Amino acid sequence: MSVFVWIETFEGRALSSSWEALGAARSIAEAKATDITALVFGENAESIAGAAGQYGAANAIVCTDELVRDYRLESYAALLSDLVATHRPSAVVAVASNRGRELLASAAADTDSGLISDVIDLRLEDGRLIGTRPAYAGKVLMDMTANTATTFVTIRGRAFPPVAAENGAEPKLESAKAVAVADAIATEIESFASELGKVNLADAAIIVSGGRGMANNPKSPPDGISGDDANIWKAKDGYENTLRPLANVLGAAVGASRAAVDAGYIPYDHQVGQTGKVVNPDLYIACGISGAIQHQAGMRGSKIIVAINKDAEAPIFKLARYGIVGDLYEVVPALTAALKQRLAN
Amino acid sequence: MHVVTFTRSTPDTAAKVWVDADGNVTWGDVATVVNPWDEYSLEETIVQANSGGGESTVIAIGSELHNDALKHSMAMGIKNALRVEEAKADINDSLVWSALAAGAIGKIGAVDLVIFGKESVDVATDQHTYQLARRLGWTMLSYVSAILEADYAAGVIKVEKMLEQGKQVVSAKLPAVISVMKGINEPRYPNFLGIRKAAKATIPVWTASDLGIDLPQAATAVLGYANPPAREVSTEIIAAGDMEAKTQVLVERLFEEKVL
Repeated sequence: MSVFVWIETFEGRALSSSWEALGAARSIAEAKATDITALVFGENAESIAGAAGQYGAANAIVCTDELVRDYRLESYAALLSDLVATHRPSAVVAVASNRGRELLASAAADTDSGLISDVIDLRLEDGRLIGTRPAYAGKVLMDMTANTATTFVTIRGRAFPPVAAENGAEPKLESAKAVAVADAIATEIESFASELGKVNLADAAIIVSGGRGMANNPKSPPDGISGDDANIWKAKDGYENTLRPLANVLGAAVGASRAAVDAGYIPYDHQVGQTGKVVNPDLYIACGISGAIQHQAGMRGSKIIVAINKDAEAPIFKLARYGIVGDLYEVVPALTAALKQRLAN
Repeated sequence: MHVVTFTRSTPDTAAKVWVDADGNVTWGDVATVVNPWDEYSLEETIVQANSGGGESTVIAIGSELHNDALKHSMAMGIKNALRVEEAKADINDSLVWSALAAGAIGKIGAVDLVIFGKESVDVATDQHTYQLARRLGWTMLSYVSAILEADYAAGVIKVEKMLEQGKQVVSAKLPAVISVMKGINEPRYPNFLGIRKAAKATIPVWTASDLGIDLPQAATAVLGYANPPAREVSTEIIAAGDMEAKTQVLVERLFEEKVL
């Protein structure tokens, strides 16, 4: 039967990573000689379903009931589980975002279906859907399959190319009723502090990352700040006034090594690595990062790696396609200027 | 009140891990550590059990490999530890895993809160945390960066959750399953007394029949492991000229690579 794709939305707009899920679903649908059904719940579901049609969905099931207006795991999982039980899709695909992970795992449990999470490759062999996923922080790859009627799959962001949009394709719309959950207000969202506008590491095509070397800022901290606090001041100033301008020119997200996070130079949500985020951008610029194995685990999937480090022996150079040996506080401003000049031409 | 957490032993994050000639995952003689994400869930379990004046229990599902993680947890200050091992269970399958975990929670009885670390670094998944919540029929709060309030008598909890788009404050009824992020606390180091106490502890082992559950069929199968393709890179160190010249060359190279 059809391949379901959950289109993740936020404040009434589809997340563009959802088009990657449609891209991943297309190969399954073609191999199984079936089509794709987009699932869109909440605000603006119908217009988002229309967009999903342009990205390859032949059908769409929309639900605009008040119960699913805003994302809540309970109501979304109840609806998804109900749709899977009634439509029996051959697969359910979504991006392995925070919400995609919890939603698909929950619905897989409700329907006693197999889930292959965070896959980077999908293929069909003898009618069996096989997913390849990284384990042990990417040091090992594992192939998994499910033996249930429906296979749930979450895909790693940026691992599957989105399909090119086709104007004029209109999906066949069906509307679904939300499923009442036993305790409809088991959770209540009290507030939300948006950090939109910041480039999300997982989605970023380019990442500029800073490590322990950020503390080598030649600027002097204000009087009265010394010792570790001086290093923290220097590093923070460096992220803001040296790395951020480069990131802004490139439209890049700012990352960091664990050493920098643990030293208090930058908040944890910037950490790339085994206990941070795993990223696979087109371009990863590592500044003042030595390249510990735990950091490599989080960024070795990057297409092109550039290393900037004053230690020519730093392990990061072994992973890098291009390297400049030098103090990041000299290299990065020069690189920012060179880029501005090149992009202006 | 009672707070339960799950943990496992994983190879040290600095260890080389590879697939051997027989197709098995190995990390040689390197010792295992407690799953790094669990440092935070163990600490939070101790904090919550202390503030609620109740019990804390740590559970590992799997072989005696995980006894080290359980002993580390006890040395940190978790009061009780137990292990679930079932020869017939394929615990690589998250539905089987969560059935065993739910059985253990059921056997313990009155549990208010289950706390997980964000994920397991070895199998690199968190799906079992959500599936346990579904099996129990409890509320799931994932990616918790702070517990703002927990009133165990009233049965409510208020947390701050991290989303890709920002931070959310959510309140929920207990019992609940939560997964916590790095940064929620500063995990303590086990002290000498704790280590001695943990070393002497005997860890009970429960099987599926002890839990009184019927094992579900595994819904997934691992077909095999492989070493990732070697990253074939020849590094070009851009060294000629002054800094302006070097960075101009780098920019040209990046345009040629079509990443800009």
